[in-house]
Amino acid sequence: MAAPVITAQGLGKAYRIWTHGQPRSLSDRIARRRDAERQEIWALRDVDVSVERGEVLGVIGPNGAGKSTLLSVLAGITAPTTGRAEIFGRVSSLLEVGTGFHPELSGRDNVFLNGAVLGMSRSETERKFDEIVDFSGVRDFIDMPVKRYSSGMYVRLAFAVAAHLDPEILLLDEVLAVGDRAFQEKCLARIDEMTKSGRTVVFVSHDVASVARLCTHGLLLNEGRVAFYGDIDEAVTRYLSSRSLGSATTEAAVDRQGTGAVRVSSIDVRSASGGTAVHAEEPVSIRVELRGDEPIRGRRLRLQIGVHSVLGGMHVLLSTDFDPSQPLLRDDLGTTASVVCTLDELPLKPGSYYLSVWLDEPGGEVLDHLTEQSRFVILPSDYFGTGVLPSEHHIAPTLVRHTWTVSVPQQAAAEVTA
Amino acid sequence: MSTTRLNAPAPTLFRAEPAAEPTVIAPATRTVSLRPRTLWRHRELFYFLVWRDIKVRYAQTALGAAWMIFQPLAMLLVYTFAFGHLARVAIPGVPYPLFALAGLTLWIFVSRGVMLGSDSLIHNIPLVTKTSSPRILIPFAAVVAVLVDFLIALVLFLVIAAAYGRYPTWRFAFVPLLLAAAFALTLGISLLLSATNVRYRDVGQALPFIVQLWFFLSPIAYLLQTPGGHSWETVVQAINPLVGLILAFRWAVLATPPPHGLLIASLVVTAVVLVWGTLHFARLERTLADDV
Repeated sequence: MAAPVITAQGLGKAYRIWTHGQPRSLSDRIARRRDAERQEIWALRDVDVSVERGEVLGVIGPNGAGKSTLLSVLAGITAPTTGRAEIFGRVSSLLEVGTGFHPELSGRDNVFLNGAVLGMSRSETERKFDEIVDFSGVRDFIDMPVKRYSSGMYVRLAFAVAAHLDPEILLLDEVLAVGDRAFQEKCLARIDEMTKSGRTVVFVSHDVASVARLCTHGLLLNEGRVAFYGDIDEAVTRYLSSRSLGSATTEAAVDRQGTGAVRVSSIDVRSASGGTAVHAEEPVSIRVELRGDEPIRGRRLRLQIGVHSVLGGMHVLLSTDFDPSQPLLRDDLGTTASVVCTLDELPLKPGSYYLSVWLDEPGGEVLDHLTEQSRFVILPSDYFGTGVLPSEHHIAPTLVRHTWTVSVPQQAAAEVTA
Repeated sequence: MSTTRLNAPAPTLFRAEPAAEPTVIAPATRTVSLRPRTLWRHRELFYFLVWRDIKVRYAQTALGAAWMIFQPLAMLLVYTFAFGHLARVAIPGVPYPLFALAGLTLWIFVSRGVMLGSDSLIHNIPLVTKTSSPRILIPFAAVVAVLVDFLIALVLFLVIAAAYGRYPTWRFAFVPLLLAAAFALTLGISLLLSATNVRYRDVGQALPFIVQLWFFLSPIAYLLQTPGGHSWETVVQAINPLVGLILAFRWAVLATPPPHGLLIASLVVTAVVLVWGTLHFARLERTLADDV
């Protein structure tokens, strides 16, 4: 059995949070000397991990679960509050692409600077320089200050440096998919390559699909504690099923963005028959409950609902914008409102899906934004009415009814009959 | 050849045995360590930081590095006009521009070093929050980069002094030692202030005023009154580590009267500041990322 290369016992990290906001000046700090105004928040608690050589460990969990804190602690960026970890081997941590890049310096200079930041020696960078530049595809601009680069060129060069690291242990934050679509594919392929060459990798991501694709093991964190540690498929399944099925009370959801002046308090997906299992050809209703701190009346709101597949990608976007006859602007609204979106059908291939919800004022602030809510399942059904059921392994996500007509040119028909 | 070689395991991509020395991640303790081996491992990063700080300073200026000469020259003209001409500060035996430039040469290094060193962590926040490189390298590199300004000012001084018919004497041999002391002082203050500046940006706001006050409290553009006039003046002169250094520097390059005890006081204060700054920095270093 291979010896563990990363071991952690009882790792914990507490932050002292000011209950009324962080003091930003000395006078403020002195005025609020009393510790009563400070609260201890454990971002990470009692984490025990033992990562073996060659293991590709995906760290998953909802926002605020402690994923990034764990990585920061293992990377030695911040000291833990409790516990101890030992790492055997040459470690590189990649929490951001282009750390240390300076806009005034040329691409060439930045490659060397960034290489040094990432722990590459000068001679190592020199040796790999051509490879890095070729990978980035910005050779023609390499002696130009990077402030003149497009953002795409910038991240490509930054990623190219990182992609040529050669550590035994790689700590990776979800920095990978950068640039345009084609370059993202190149990044993922490169990371695949890096993870498959026997390196030990700890990889933190929100994107469950890329974790499932890259990792051999999964560490599911929840509120700073280890909820599951083991096989990646099991970890992903547990993570997804911990997100509520079909109906979700979202009042307590923590991974949300927006001002919160009006919030989505629950989301409920129902098929025509009333269940959370949906057939592609059935009508589906999505009920969203809104709750505001003050009466919602008179506010022009926009509600948008995205339907995502579990493996990543939004397939459908429903928006109140598409029906101006029913604006979310009514005078009879109190502090709560209930909005139902009815779909004639949801023609997606069988599989697991979840919803994301945005509530905003057009041109204004985002009031509430929730992702990965209300997981539901589309079951295989006779969508085409032909008795042939589309399967989960269907290559494209969307189903469209279509008919085929085969006609035979006159001459050919004549030949056949002849 | 030993027989055990036959039983040796097949070579693997990585050594089968873990590296002898693991990286240990543990809570910050009261005892601080400068981790000299870690610092040594990051020497190339240090070199690149210095190089970047120098290279970036005059990027996108039409005159480029010419500013390094122009700036002390302009300061010299301003002080010669203000003190030598308007305030009629007369220095026995030394032309005023030379007198002022000698003080400015050291002052430019110390004042810039303190300003840039104290702001250095704030200007390099990604390095603090996204990498584990020893943070002490950042203010250290910032202060080292300012040595270039000192060297240019020194060359300028030597040229102007030659124009006045004054050439370096044996005393000039003390310049490197005095520079080392000024460096220690500047680094000490930078270490003391830069880490605190991350948490309380007040430091960065107050610093320009404090540096300006320091300028007037130091005998850079004027002659120090004979100690003993007012007792508080003597105390300020003894506490202000720049007084002894400036007097000694001027002695080394212009053969003005030596500082005697004031240099000892300066060196003691410098040593205290350096040790204090280093300990303070090392104590905050490990959780610096949390303060950003």
